[in-house]
Amino acid sequence: MVSSVTSLGRSGLSDWLVQRVSALVMTAYIFFMVGYFVINPSPSFEQWQALHGSLAMRIFSLLTILSIAAHAWIGMWCVLTDYITVRLIGPKATPIRMFLQLAMIALILLYVVWAIDILWGI
Amino acid sequence: MRILESYLKSYFIVKTKRPVNLDIGTIKLPITSYVSILHRVSGVVLFLAVALMLWVLDMSLASKQSFQSLKECLSSPIAQFVIWAALAALAYHVVAGIRHLIMDLGVGEDSFETGRRSAWLVVVVAVAVIISLAGWIFLW
Ligand code: HEM
Ligand code: HEM
Repeated sequence: MVSSVTSLGRSGLSDWLVQRVSALVMTAYIFFMVGYFVINPSPSFEQWQALHGSLAMRIFSLLTILSIAAHAWIGMWCVLTDYITVRLIGPKATPIRMFLQLAMIALILLYVVWAIDILWGI
Repeated sequence: MRILESYLKSYFIVKTKRPVNLDIGTIKLPITSYVSILHRVSGVVLFLAVALMLWVLDMSLASKQSFQSLKECLSSPIAQFVIWAALAALAYHVVAGIRHLIMDLGVGEDSFETGRRSAWLVVVVAVAVIISLAGWIFLW
């Protein structure tokens, strides 16, 4: 088995599973939001705030942003390690890839902190 | 004139018919390749679009004023287009992602033919959803 040191899980198999479970959580969230807008196409501010202020919805949203974080962590790792390689772009590939990975991780952390700030600031 | 015409014809038309090495215009990738590459592209686009979604969520919840100004902003066609593009990437990624998940269960991977058919189904469903999104965002 190929171990993936910089990736989220400790092996390709757990990465694969995390990618699938996170996809299911996000899909559930998307279908819920679509359903909400079908039933109530133009919510007032008060309705919208009440929806997102409820504990259940906060937890659902939190699970979704955590899923996005894990999913993007793994998915972007796959893309970067496929294309930013020494074979494709030369010897500078490794530092460039590491820089992009760090930037990506910083952005993911920002997303999570920002989302928590939004949800618990309601 | 006829000489000029036939020269131009041979220059522009016949010459293009000469044998070509690695003719990227006619090497055809199967539909499954396009569906898969687009899934990857849409995933990368989405990663950046999350910033947009969080910003909209933030403004929609921060205060009644910001909710109101967001609504005003979203009546501008440019803002509508950006939102539509982000949701289109999401729609495509999800439809193609669901195909992935179903194939992971072992369904529809018995032959190249079923793989090709489900890839076409992804294209058809994604286009339908993206057109509906356009209707919802721009017309409604
Ligand atoms: C904002 C949310 C999302 C982002 C940023 C995102 C991003 C990505 C990225 C970058 C990849 C890697 C692509 C590749 O390796 O070719 C990926 C793969 C995947 N995505 Fe997403 N995605 C998101 C939402 C979703 C959703 C809602 C689903 C639900 C169906 C989904 C299903 C998948 C699947 C199944 C894969 C694995 C494909 C494979 O194994 O090759 N994604 N995603
Ligand atoms: C989805 C991302 C957004 C895009 C692409 C976008 C784009 C634009 C554009 C192009 C305009 C000029 C509209 C015009 O003059 O016709 C505009 C105006 C405006 N935007 Fe945004 N915007 C976005 C999100 C937001 C958010 C989250 C807010 C905060 C509440 C906001 C508040 C405003 C306000 C107050 C105006 C002036 C409204 C007006 O004059 O009608 N926008 N935006």
